[in-house]
Amino acid sequence: MSDNILEMRNISKSFPGVKALNGVNFAVRRGEIHCLVGENGAGKSTLMKVLSGIHPYGAYEGDILYNGDVMQFHNIRESEKAGISIINQELALIPELTIAENIFFGHEIMKGKLIDWNETMVQAAEYLKKVRLNVNPRIKIRDLRVGSQQLVEIAKALSKHAKLMILDEPTSSLNEEDSANLLGLLRELQKQDVTIIMISHRLKEVVAIADTVTVLRDGATICSMDDSKHTVTEGEIIRYMVGREMDNVYPKRGAHEFGKVRFSVKDWSVYDQKLNREILHDISLNVREGEIVGLAGLMGAGRTELALSIFGNTPGYQITGGEIVMEGTSVRFRSSKAAIESGVAYATEDRKRNGLILIQDIRFNTTFANLKSLVHRRVIQSNEEIVRANELKKEMGIKAPSIQQAAINLSGGNQQKLVLAKWIFANPKLLILDEPTRGIDVGAKYEIYSLMNEMVRRGMSIIMISSELMEILGMSDRVYVMCEGKITGELSAADATEQSIMRLATNTEEK
Amino acid sequence: MNQSETKKNGLGGEVAGLMRKNVRNYAMYIALAVIFVVFQIISKGSFLTARNLTNLINQTGYIAVMAVGMTLVLIICQIDLSVGYVAGFLGACAGSLLRVGLSTPVVVVIILAAGAAIGLMQGLIIGKVGVPAFVTTLACEFIFRGLLTLVTEASGTIPVTNETFLALSNGFLPKLFTVGRLNGLTLLAGILAVAAIVISEINRRKDLQRYRFNTLSMPIFLVKLVFFAVLIGALTLVLAAYNGLSWTIVIVAVIAGVYSFVMTRTRTGRYVYGMGGNMEAAALSGVNVKKVLIGVFTSMGCMAALGGVLYTSRLGAATPTAGAGFELDAIASGYIAGVSTTGGIGNVINSVVGAFVIMSLTNGLNLIGVGISYQYVIKGIIFICAVALDVRGRGKKAVG
Repeated sequence: MSDNILEMRNISKSFPGVKALNGVNFAVRRGEIHCLVGENGAGKSTLMKVLSGIHPYGAYEGDILYNGDVMQFHNIRESEKAGISIINQELALIPELTIAENIFFGHEIMKGKLIDWNETMVQAAEYLKKVRLNVNPRIKIRDLRVGSQQLVEIAKALSKHAKLMILDEPTSSLNEEDSANLLGLLRELQKQDVTIIMISHRLKEVVAIADTVTVLRDGATICSMDDSKHTVTEGEIIRYMVGREMDNVYPKRGAHEFGKVRFSVKDWSVYDQKLNREILHDISLNVREGEIVGLAGLMGAGRTELALSIFGNTPGYQITGGEIVMEGTSVRFRSSKAAIESGVAYATEDRKRNGLILIQDIRFNTTFANLKSLVHRRVIQSNEEIVRANELKKEMGIKAPSIQQAAINLSGGNQQKLVLAKWIFANPKLLILDEPTRGIDVGAKYEIYSLMNEMVRRGMSIIMISSELMEILGMSDRVYVMCEGKITGELSAADATEQSIMRLATNTEEK
Repeated sequence: MNQSETKKNGLGGEVAGLMRKNVRNYAMYIALAVIFVVFQIISKGSFLTARNLTNLINQTGYIAVMAVGMTLVLIICQIDLSVGYVAGFLGACAGSLLRVGLSTPVVVVIILAAGAAIGLMQGLIIGKVGVPAFVTTLACEFIFRGLLTLVTEASGTIPVTNETFLALSNGFLPKLFTVGRLNGLTLLAGILAVAAIVISEINRRKDLQRYRFNTLSMPIFLVKLVFFAVLIGALTLVLAAYNGLSWTIVIVAVIAGVYSFVMTRTRTGRYVYGMGGNMEAAALSGVNVKKVLIGVFTSMGCMAALGGVLYTSRLGAATPTAGAGFELDAIASGYIAGVSTTGGIGNVINSVVGAFVIMSLTNGLNLIGVGISYQYVIKGIIFICAVALDVRGRGKKAVG
C-alpha cells in the first residue's frame, strides 16, 4: 500500500445544468503540502466540499479513501471527527467572540455541565503558540487583522486534532508579509505530521511551497506534478490550467469600426471603509462606441468593486481619487439612478440576489429600470407596457408561456436574458455586464453572446467582466486584466492569449 | 390556469387549479363566511341585521384606513408598531383642537399633517439614521403613549360635541329620494358600483385576451362577476334598508381607491413592490430606496392620523386608552388579506376586506358577550394562524 492519506477516485458531481466534477482522481501523500490549482470554476472548491462532507455522501459519485478506508461523510462534523479540517476563504469565525471562544466553538472544554474557562484559556494560549500568534486569547476576533484571523482558524483546526488540513485561498486577502508568515507556518505544521491541501491562485507561492501540484480544468484532473525539488515553473502550470481549444461557442461578429471613446475612467481609487483599506488603486480604462471591452482577472481582483463604484452604488466605499468621463464630460454618479439616467447600466453577477425581483413576472422586471418611458401624466400605460415587454421577450428569446411568468420560475439562462432585456429597455449607452453567462448552459450562452454582438452593432459600448478566459478571448475587442485592485495590463484582441492573460491575472513575470 | 388548460382538464380541473393557486386569497372569504354563520347562530339572529352590519362597517373604518397604510409598510418588509398610540394621541389632539373652537375641516387637515410629520420623522430615523423599523416604531409607541396620557391628563376623557366631526364616523349621506322604504342614493350608488365593476372586468378581460394572457374561462368568469354583483347588491340592500351610506364608507372607499390606483398604475407603486421583492435589485435598478421607505412611513403616519380622527369621532370622545392594540389589528388585517410576511406581495383592497374580517370577529364576540380579555387571546391565536397559513402556503408555491 502506498502511503496516501487520501485518495479520491473517480469523483463526479453535478448541479442542475452543470457537471462540476467529471471523474476526478486526486491522491495526497501523507505529510506533504499539496497544491490544487485551476481556473475559476474548474471544480477545486467543489472537490473540497465533497471531501469535507458539505456535499454529503450520496450527492456525488465515486469513492473517498481516507487512510485506506472508504469514507461516507454526511456532514462536516463527520469529516472533522475523522481528522479533516477545511478552512474556507471566507473565514468562519464569530467576530464578537474572543479568540479562545472561537477556537473551541462547537467542542468546548467542559467541567461537568459547565464550560471550563481556565482550561480553555490555557489550551487556547498553547494553540496560539503553535501557530505563532502572540496575542491574548481573550481578545475579540473583530479586533484582529485578517492575517491573524487566518491563524486563529488554523489553531481551531489544530484543536480539533486535524490530520488533513484544507486551506482554500488562504493568502488571497493577506499582504506579502502575512502571506510569507502563513506559508512558513504551513511548513512547520508539515513537520508535525499534518498533511495540507492548499487551493491557491498565487502561482508564485504554489511553486515555492508545494510538494505536489495538481491541476484541475473543467471538472477533470489534468495532471499531478511532483514538485518536491521545486522544479515546476509557473509557466508550466499556466499551460495546464488553460490549454483548451477555441471551439465554436462564440458567434462571429462582422468586421466593424469603433467610434470615438465614449467612456473612460482615469486614476480611479477606492477605499473600503469596512475593510479599512484601499481596494482599487489608480484604475484607468476606456471603452469606445460599438466596442466590447473584456475585464479579466481572478476572483477577488476587484472587478465587481470597480463596476459598483462606477455605478454609484457604493455603501461603505469612498472614492479617493480619479474621474469618470462620459462622452467628453466629467461625471461622478451619486446614485445608480444618476448613472442610469446618464446612460450607464450595470447587470450584476448574481441575478438572483440583486439582478431580478424574482417574485414578480417578466413584464414587471423588463420595464422596472425605465418606467419613466412608459409614464403618461404620471400613470403607467399598461397596454404599451405589455406590448414592449412582449417585444423584448421575443427579441431576447426568453422561453416562457407569457410575460406573466414569474422570474423565479425561469431557468438560469432565461433569467439572464431577462436581465439583459431589462437593461436594453433602459436604453443605455454603456452596459457593464458582470459574469453574463455564469451558471448557464452552452446553448443559452451562445444566444447571450449573439445578443451582445447585436447590441454593439447598434453602437452600444459593453464592458464585460468575466472569469472565463475563453469567454474573454472569444468576445472581447480589447482586454484589460486586473489583479489585486490594479490594472496589470491592456491587451489587444490579437495579443490576448490564455497565457498572457493568466500571467497578468496572477501578476507573474514572463520567464 | 388558461383556456387551453381548461380544455384539457375541464371545468372541474380549472376550479381545482384555482383553489390550489389562490387558497390564500379565498381563505379570507371563507373565514368571513364562517364568522358570519357562526355568530349569526350563536347570537340567535342579531348579527346579520341591517343595523348591526351598518354598525360593523362604521366600526371598521379606522382599522381599514390604517390597514391600507400598513399594507405598504409590510410590502417593503418593514413594520410599524407605533400606529396604535399615534392614532390615539392624534385623536386626542383632535378632541382638544375642537374644544378650543376650531372647525372640523381645519382640525382634520392639521391632524393629518401632524400624522404625516410623525411618519416622516420615523421614516428619516429608519432610512437615514439606520435604526431598524422594529426598534424605531416600538420606541415611538412608548413616546406617543406617554404623550396621549399628557394630553388627556388634565381633563381625563375629552368629549366631542361638534356635529360635523361626529358625523365622520356616525353620520349618513342624505337620502335624496326613496324607493319604497329603501334609501334612494344608496340604491343608486350600489347599482353604479355593480355596473362599474362589471364593465371594467369585461374590458380588462378583453384586453388580456388581446395580448393572449391567461384568462378565466367564460363560466368561471361569469360566476366571479355574479358573485361580486350579488355581494355588492346584498350589501346595498342591507344598507338601504337602514340609514344608507355612511360617511365612513365613502372615506374608506376613497382612500382604498386612491391607494389601489397608486400601487397598480404609477411608478411609486411599482417601486414599493419592487423594493419589497428585492431591495438590492431595486436599488441597482435606480430606485431611491430610502426615499420610497420614507414616503411609505409618511403615508402610514397620515393613515394613523385618519384612523385616530375616525376613532375619536366614532366614540364621541378622546380617551386616555384610545389606540391600544390598533397596530395589531392593522397588521393582522394585512396578513389575513395575503400580504407576504417576506414582503413584495400585497393588495390594499384585500387589506380593507381583511380589516372587515377582524372587526367582524370583534363585533361578533362583543355581541355574544365575550369579554375583552378573551378577545385579545382569541385575536392573538388567529393572528398566528393567519401568518402560519401564509408561510406554509408560500413555501409550497415556491416548490411547485
